Amino acid sequence: MTFADWIAEPVNWAFLAIALPTLFCGFRVVTARNVVHAALFLVATMGGVAALFLLLSAEFVAWALVLIYVGAVIILLLFGIMITRAPTGIDWTLSGEQQIIPGVLALALFALITWASLEAFGTSTLTVVGEGSSTELLGRMLVTRFVIPFEVVGFVLLGALIGGITIARRDLTPLEEEQRGAV
Amino acid sequence: MELLTDLMSNFWIALVLKLLVVALIIPLIGMVIGFAEMKLSAKMQARVGPYFAGGRWGWAQLIADGVKFFQKEDLIPRDADRPVFKVAPIVVMAGTVALFVVIPWGPGVIFRDLDIGIFYALAISSLTTVGVLMAGWASGNKYSLIGGLRAAGQLIAYELPLVFSAVAVVIMAGTMSMQGIVEAQVSAGYPFVLLQLVGFVVFMIAALAELSRIPFDLPIAESELVMGYLTEYSGFRFLFFFLAEFANMFSMSAIAVTLFLGGWHLPGIPADVLEFAGPLILIGKSFLLVFAMIWFRWTFPRVRQDQLQSLAWKWLIPISLANVILTGVFKVVL
Repeated sequence: MTFADWIAEPVNWAFLAIALPTLFCGFRVVTARNVVHAALFLVATMGGVAALFLLLSAEFVAWALVLIYVGAVIILLLFGIMITRAPTGIDWTLSGEQQIIPGVLALALFALITWASLEAFGTSTLTVVGEGSSTELLGRMLVTRFVIPFEVVGFVLLGALIGGITIARRDLTPLEEEQRGAV
Repeated sequence: MELLTDLMSNFWIALVLKLLVVALIIPLIGMVIGFAEMKLSAKMQARVGPYFAGGRWGWAQLIADGVKFFQKEDLIPRDADRPVFKVAPIVVMAGTVALFVVIPWGPGVIFRDLDIGIFYALAISSLTTVGVLMAGWASGNKYSLIGGLRAAGQLIAYELPLVFSAVAVVIMAGTMSMQGIVEAQVSAGYPFVLLQLVGFVVFMIAALAELSRIPFDLPIAESELVMGYLTEYSGFRFLFFFLAEFANMFSMSAIAVTLFLGGWHLPGIPADVLEFAGPLILIGKSFLLVFAMIWFRWTFPRVRQDQLQSLAWKWLIPISLANVILTGVFKVVL
């Protein structure tokens, strides 16, 4: 397939219209000179990635990304940034140094993922297995074929939750315990 | 009717028509609810309320207010982060508009009946909070920042009970499509609120908190934070927040009606009448819930920040989780 063939497909136009701004936003996440701007560009990047999933008709994954990343993770991130130190204006100390090594690492990761996915799938077209909507299929798959990984992930999350509570919790000293008992 | 079906079969014309309807419906609903809020609050406080604009009932008050907002200067504080400050109201409005996509107005009348309608609605409604955080931070004002932070803390706490109480309904209906949920209630013969009373109450409390209405209006809290994240906004940008708040009250109520109160369906009305009466029934039921929200606003005091958090984490989340488990068990057993 030549580039002319590729660009003649309307769906690829849609892909470009979503992917290029997403790439730009992703680039700005690491180059923005204001922490909050970087986080907001991350919101836009996540939105773009969700749109790409929609383009692949993976509705559930797309909206799960919005619900979990935009709705929870990034809001927590913004919350954390704003509650500590987030002046408006430009901070020149941000993303000034150490551009080369992370850049090389990121390119290497990109090359690795590209190579792996081309090696695994190449130009083959994937077909949908089974009946019903993609969400329904996904749900069935999660509780039948992939039930063990699903449970393991659940267990890991539970562990993380308990670990988080343990770290955040401060044991009372005997004196404080006494005072609390008195009240 | 023939002409309409012909027009709707063309994708682009249908798209433009749908966009126009949403663009008209949001200011309209905003104005109706805004006016209701003014009049009802006056009633509950034994005042007259708006009186002069538009004759005896003061019905033109909101139109006059709208024109006033257009005339005002678009002020941006010197220390504000200009691009973020300007974009924030648009993000809030975008989240509001996006919610209207999956509200089922009547049999077959919906902008887009997504397979995962309710999931989409819960996901996209959090966009509003990103906008609120942006507004609070970009204003370069401590009161605004505290307002934005409170809004975020509130959303994180109340998102879970909201999602869990919707999950219980999804288990009962066996589908996440909004039309599917209404149809499941039609074929079951009763609205889900009869079996999901707990879920409904939790959903409404969490919805009030997500909308930051009294008793959960800590992000705005006039007596503590001036106007919270809204403090620095004026003119058209303020109008955007103002309209979004009222339109969100409506869309949250419409989602609650769809999930728990049978949506556009009323028992005893024949199917051919429902085609036309459906939207009216949905709007009527939603306005009942909106009325309750306004009623709460003028009768309850504001909760404290720690009370807000402990209500969510210690009561609502365990209750709604237990509700999900019970519903699941009953679904399997029965």
